[in-house]
Formats: sequence, structure tokens, C-alpha cells
Amino acid sequence: MKSNQRWIIPILILLALSIYINLPNHPGIHLGNFHKEIKTQLGLDLVGGVQALLEADLPEDAEISQENLQTARGIIEDRVNGLGVSEAVVQIAGDRRILVELPGQQDPDQALSTIKETALLEFVDFGDLSVQEASILYNTKIKTDYQTSAVEDPSTSSPNEPVFHTVITGASIKQVGVTTDAIGNPLVIFEMTPEGSIIFSEFTAANIGSMLAIVLDKEVISTPRIEDAITGGQGSISGNFTIESANDLAIQLRYGSLPIPLKVVQTQTIGPTLGEDSLNKSLIAGIIGMVVVMVFMALYYRLPGLVADLALLMYALVTFAVYRWIPVTLTLPGIAGFILTLGVAVDANVLIFERMKEELRRGRTIQQAISLGWERAWPSIRDSNLSTLITSAILYWFGSTFGASIVKGFSLTLAIGVLVSLFTAVTATRVFLHLLLDKIKAEDRPELFGV
Amino acid sequence: MECNKEPMLNIVKHRYLYFFISLVVILPGIAALLFWGLPTGIDFTGGSLLEIKFESALPSSENVLEILTEFGFPDAKIQTAGDDKLIIRTKTMSEGAEASILAEIESRFKTNVVLDRFESVGPSIGKEVAQRAAGAVGLAALGILAYITYAFRGVDHAFRYGAAAIMAMLHDVILVLGVESILGHFLGWEADALFLTALLTVIGFSVHDSIVVFDRIRENERLHRQLDYETLVNHSIVQTLDRSINTQLTVMLTLLTLVLFGGNTIRHFVIILLIGVFSGTYSSIFNAAPILVVWENKEWKTWFKRTPV
Repeated sequence: MKSNQRWIIPILILLALSIYINLPNHPGIHLGNFHKEIKTQLGLDLVGGVQALLEADLPEDAEISQENLQTARGIIEDRVNGLGVSEAVVQIAGDRRILVELPGQQDPDQALSTIKETALLEFVDFGDLSVQEASILYNTKIKTDYQTSAVEDPSTSSPNEPVFHTVITGASIKQVGVTTDAIGNPLVIFEMTPEGSIIFSEFTAANIGSMLAIVLDKEVISTPRIEDAITGGQGSISGNFTIESANDLAIQLRYGSLPIPLKVVQTQTIGPTLGEDSLNKSLIAGIIGMVVVMVFMALYYRLPGLVADLALLMYALVTFAVYRWIPVTLTLPGIAGFILTLGVAVDANVLIFERMKEELRRGRTIQQAISLGWERAWPSIRDSNLSTLITSAILYWFGSTFGASIVKGFSLTLAIGVLVSLFTAVTATRVFLHLLLDKIKAEDRPELFGV
Repeated sequence: MECNKEPMLNIVKHRYLYFFISLVVILPGIAALLFWGLPTGIDFTGGSLLEIKFESALPSSENVLEILTEFGFPDAKIQTAGDDKLIIRTKTMSEGAEASILAEIESRFKTNVVLDRFESVGPSIGKEVAQRAAGAVGLAALGILAYITYAFRGVDHAFRYGAAAIMAMLHDVILVLGVESILGHFLGWEADALFLTALLTVIGFSVHDSIVVFDRIRENERLHRQLDYETLVNHSIVQTLDRSINTQLTVMLTLLTLVLFGGNTIRHFVIILLIGVFSGTYSSIFNAAPILVVWENKEWKTWFKRTPV
């Protein structure tokens, strides 16, 4: 059968690729400019951690621009990275929510306060740096001796990096406004608290001629030279501002750097032991479930059953590889979805084999029965699987709108399962079966087919 | 004609018996839904949930409630889970409240505790989730109805197939909701996002099964034009029965392993799936296909007359 032989190479390539992707401790794929990390993403319910759903704290009919939501997402991502959590996920969910997932994080309150913290403004002493040296640092991140609550991420700090002294922080700022200078350049003006103004005037008086840096969330946004002692608690920040960017900065200083106010509407914390326990149990359940199904198929359908078992193993390999490639975050319901799709994959084979048996009973040859079995079972396999795909698409939409990653993960695994099983249970099983039939003279041994 | 040689199990003939069985199974659930309602979890109502593991013996619920009352949660519901865990449900906590409550529990009972799970859902989002969930189910039903009508466009009355599949699906949805209501009342189960996932999966599988039977009707209708519709439908059910039972068996086996070995977190989810998937197979064989016959004969015209059907 030519059409079957044509499939052997693609099937072998797919298998080889899947096995390659499934290799433990995968180094990732690096081809020229193409880089891809490959690993099994485990959900919070399996590794433990904190999940929070943030919602724009604005009236429900208020229009929220995707751009602002994106910016907020980026800022939150920067902040949670400061928590030292690896693989933090910050995602936009629907049109007014942001989902934050911090695997391994155990203290929900620390996580939330980090997420919600306002922008940290610092006036930093650049000491005897020259104008040129200071301008190099413009727009870059620097280190200061003012510690935030966030835990330092040791991987990004190098010991040689200079640590600058913070004179005062945004906590000493009372009021912020925007104005323009004599030649029309926008300025951000501020007023300090009494304590702040004392510290600041002493510092500026002692360091006339030195460089000062204005630093927002550790990023240098302005490097003025101290021309004179600044007394009276009034100051201004000049930079290459437009009216808009000056306004943005003023708003950040006043309300924190998020472009939209956010409130926490949902949190979830899973302890590490609970997660580990769930992971082990679901793995065991998955293996047992698969073995039980395979034994059943082999006993009931004999030779084709064994072939279906082979296809089922291939199904598991390919599906797992797809999970690792996309990557799909595996959650408990996701694993349940996977185990369930084992049933779906087998159903396609059951449909085909039942048709084959019917045709055999009607006296067809085995070759004919196989062709007819596939041909006649196909419409029901196609239609039933398409309806499952419709359901999983709707579930996926529902899950993404609410940051319900549990529902989303489940629907994704269901959909992938349906698609992969269409290939392994329909095409691969047929190819394997024909290959086997060429090797053994099955024509006179219908008992191999359970007839 | 080979169809005469098949063992003629007559399912369609006894269709009203099977409808009656469905009714008997579903009615208690409907009653439970009417009297007790569907117990919804914090995913839909908003609220907080703490799952606390104790290193020493569990304190009594009254003593824990005392602490919660001090923190402003006199309505807290406290459940034990296993022999070392408490599950506490309250209205939505403000941030940081759970840490203070844990600290108080540790000092009052002189023990170490671990917060295994903490979930908090704002009341407004819970309501929105519930509304959208109902929307998702409705949308899924419409999508499936449209697809089946399209896929069966070659047969007479294609719309009936979609409608019959949806009716069988509603049978399963109502059964699952009813079971949840009953179990919620007696075992304290709550419908959460996972329950919704299970429900939607049941919908998918129910329609899956109906389509397999319908597909056979579609095929047989082309092959045996001379057969009357009732015989045709029954014949199709019998022909797909082996497949239905075997697929049902494999899915049941996998779900059973999940119930036995899958751990506590998803047991509720899997049991609902188990019931729903079983119901889905039953309804596709004994409801969906027979409904087509009822529709074809327009039997409702004789339902309320004295002449026997």
C-alpha cells in the first residue's frame, strides 16, 4: 500500500523529534538567531506559589487602553522579578485584568505589596562623577544604598558595580506639578516635606558643583548639576521632557508608576508540599490509567489492540512534546485533561476496530476490512472530535478572560489531545497495522482480530 | 439484508421506559436544586478560603471560630480535611488578614501551622465569573447545534439531530447540577471553577457520543432507504453499542484511576466527570436517538389522547 509507506518517514521524524524534545534537562534549541528553551512548565497547583488577579480600579464602563494595560504589565513584571522568583508569569487577562503567577513564592502579602508598590523616586549623590560619566548612566539602571523590601536577585548583581548613596526618596516629596521654564521646556516641579527639605538643603549646600541623579525605580531619568544650595524645599526636574512625558512622570511620582490604578480581586496561594503531593499522585494516576487502557485494548482487540497501544504510546510522547514546545503550563486539571484524552484517542481506534470487525464478519478480506473500517469510521471521528474542539475553544476563551489558568490549561490540553489523537489514532495506527500485516500472513488468522 | 441477522435488541421500542428512567434519576436532583440550590464556591460568590495544616492535633472548630470572630468573620465555615487540616471559608478577607489569623492560631494553640492553600476572590469578580460561565455553556450549546446541523446537512431534518443532541446534553447538565446540589448539601461540596470545567467536559463528551450514533443513522439512511425510520434508528444504536460500551469502559477506567490515585484536590472534579460521562453515554443511546423517532412520528400529538402510543 503506497499511501501507507508514504507516511512511514513523517511518522518516524515526528517520533524522533518528540523523543528529542522530551529529553530530560533539555539544553534548549539554538539555531542561529533561533533560541528556544524547552522544559516542562508546571502550574502553581503543582509546585506551590502565589497567584494574584489584578483589576483596573476604574469604573466598569471606563475605557482602558491596551497600551496602558501593556505598560502596567511590563512594570509589574519588573517588580516581581525583584522578588527573586524564577519563572514569574505576568499576563493580561481580558480587557481590564492582569494575572500574576509566582511559582515557589510563599508569602502572599509580600508578593502583593511588591506588585502594588508605587514608583520609587530617589535623589542620588553622584559624587565626583564628571558630566560625561553621569550622562553615560542616563537611562540606565543603577544601584543605590537605599534598599527596597524586594529581595535582591543575586544573579543580576555584580560585585564591581558601584553603589550610590541615596539622599532622599519620594517619601519626602509632598507635591508634584508640571510647568515650563523660561524658554518653554517642560519641567516637573516638586515640593518637599519639612524634614526632606532640611536634608536636601544641607546636602546641596555641601556639594555645589557635584552631580546629582534623579532615579525612578532605580533608573536614572535626569542628571542635573547642583548649581546652588536648594533651600525652601522647592525643586524642579528638567530633562528632555515633552509636556506629555513630564505629565507622565508627575503622575508616576504622585500615584506610582502604573499608568492605571490596579486593585487585587483574587489571590491564591498553594503551599509547596501540597503541590508536590498533587504532582506525584497525578503522575501515578496517569501511568496507571494508561496501563489499564492499554491492557484492555490488547485483550479485547488482539492484534489491532496492540497496534493501538503502540499508537497510544506515540500519542503520549507527541502530546508531551507539544506541551513542552508551546509551552503548556501543566496544572492538575490539565493532567486530568490529558488522561481523559487518552480515552478520546482510544475511542477513535475503538470506532475503527468495531467497523473492521463488522466488515470481517461480513466476509471481507482483512485488507478490505481495514480500508473500509477506516473509511466508514472517519465521519463519526471527525464530527465528534470537532464538537469537542468547539467546546475546548469556548472554555479557553472563558479561561483567558478571567485569568482562570486552571480552566485555560485544561481546555488547551483537551484541544491538543484531540488534534494529536486524530493523527496517532487514525493515521499512525493504520500505517502500523499495514506494516505488520505485510510481515505476518494474517489473512487466514482472523482470531488475531478478535473475530 | 444483513441487518436481519444482527441480534435485534429493541431499544427504540421501549423509548418511553428509558425516558422514564432518565426522569426518575433527574427528578431528585431538580428537587434538590429547587430546595437547596447549587452550593457555589468562592470562585463564583467571592470570599476567602484557607487550608491550614497543623503540626499537632487539630483544635476544635469552636475555638478556631472564636479567633475568626475576633477578626470579624463570625460567619466563617470551618471544615476538617484529612486528620491534620482545617479548611476555613469566610467572606473576602482584606490583604494581610490571613497572616494575622495564622499568627493568632499559632500562638493560641501553641503549635506550628502551614498555610497549604489560600484563595481570595472579590465579590464582584465572582458574580461576573458566574454570569460568564452560564454564557460559556450557552455558547457551547449553540456552537455545537450549529455544527451538527451543518455536518448533517445531507440528511432530512438536519436541525433535529442538533436539537436532539442538545436535549440529551441538557439531560446530562441537569443531572450533574442535581448531583452537585445533593452532594453539596450532604458532603459540603461547592461548585467552583473546576466543577465548571467538569461540566463543560461532560457537555463535550455527551455530544461526542450522540454524534457517533447519529453518524450511523446518517450512513444507514443512505444505505437502507426502504427501512422505516424507527427500525433504522434502532439498528444504528445496536450497531454502535459495542463501541459505546468499550469507549465508556476505557474512559471510566481512566477516571477511576484518577479517583483512586489522583489525590484529594481533583477528586470532586473527577467524580463529577465520572457521573457526567456515564450519563452522557446513557443519554446519547437512550435519549438522543429515540428523541429523533419521537420527533419523526410527531408522537406528542398522541401523548394526551387515550389511544396508546
